[in-house]
Amino acid sequence: MKLAILHELNAERAARRPVILVTDTESGEQRLVKAKDFAKDPLGAELDKQLRMGKSASVEAGGKKLFLNVYAPTAKLVIVGAVHISQALAPLARSLGYDVTVVDPRTAFASPERFPDVPLVAEWPDTALPPLNVDAYTAFVAVTHDPKIDDPALLHAFERNCFYIGALGSRKTHAKRGDRLRAQGAKDNDIARIHAPIGLAIGAVSPSEIAVSIMAEITAVLRLPPKEKEEAA
Amino acid sequence: MLDRDEDILKAAEDWQKAGRGVALATVVETWGSAPRPAGSSLVINDEGTFLGSVSGGCVEGAVVTEAMDVIQSGKPRMLEFGVADEAAWNVGLSCGGTIRVFVEKVG
Repeated sequence: MKLAILHELNAERAARRPVILVTDTESGEQRLVKAKDFAKDPLGAELDKQLRMGKSASVEAGGKKLFLNVYAPTAKLVIVGAVHISQALAPLARSLGYDVTVVDPRTAFASPERFPDVPLVAEWPDTALPPLNVDAYTAFVAVTHDPKIDDPALLHAFERNCFYIGALGSRKTHAKRGDRLRAQGAKDNDIARIHAPIGLAIGAVSPSEIAVSIMAEITAVLRLPPKEKEEAA
Repeated sequence: MLDRDEDILKAAEDWQKAGRGVALATVVETWGSAPRPAGSSLVINDEGTFLGSVSGGCVEGAVVTEAMDVIQSGKPRMLEFGVADEAAWNVGLSCGGTIRVFVEKVG
């Protein structure tokens, strides 16, 4: 591997931008492809699929044996609201490999006794969220049911283009939330990005089951191509 | 899992910049029950120091030896490891899988 490629690969990983290293395993020739360049790449569809799956693989193309080494950033999950559902959601997400942080300014909720082993930030979203570097490899859920906390958090998630944004609440509550967010400058396509009611419709009842439905929905958004994603939702 | 070893490639870059000969070994294909998935890597320097893992310990010794040749020659090489042969001394995977490891020089 040329030092220039290694240097660029490390820079992209440090910046949490996904890249795929394509190696011709016979000649040793290599190139680094950034996600934004997939569309114009001859291997585009293949690269897209491997990145979505987060899996490295060998492929044959144009008579060459190529190895696609996928460098996807570790996905993050930011949970706004240290509520009962979050107590089930945080460990579940961790077991799936996510970096999890729970944010809630209410210290009675955000207590280490309720959230052992999970990073907790007992601050309002405007203070808590900027240092978390919420990005396009972050799933974001707002589950406090309190507009004072959920609304500013959701505005932050829109701004940072999270790959998944979900919020707790019935269709009626969600319609009101849409009105409030629009009044604060959110666009219709931002509002449309919110998964609400949150989670896949699996008839979940308990907090643990709701956590499963949320993680299932996040997984579908992360892994499925756009068409199948719509069918699952 | 989305997790990856974060420091291996950084170490490869640092070693290379410090003037060491460096090789990178990467699992490119697996069959059966392989201990580490495709994309797992091991970085080796010319002192024989290595970081990372391509098999969880089964074949690392052999990979390091091959990596020394690759650092010398600059030519990449493909290694294949199958099940360990108990009757002979050759290395292999006790889990019964097969892996192919691509070894290349850095720089």
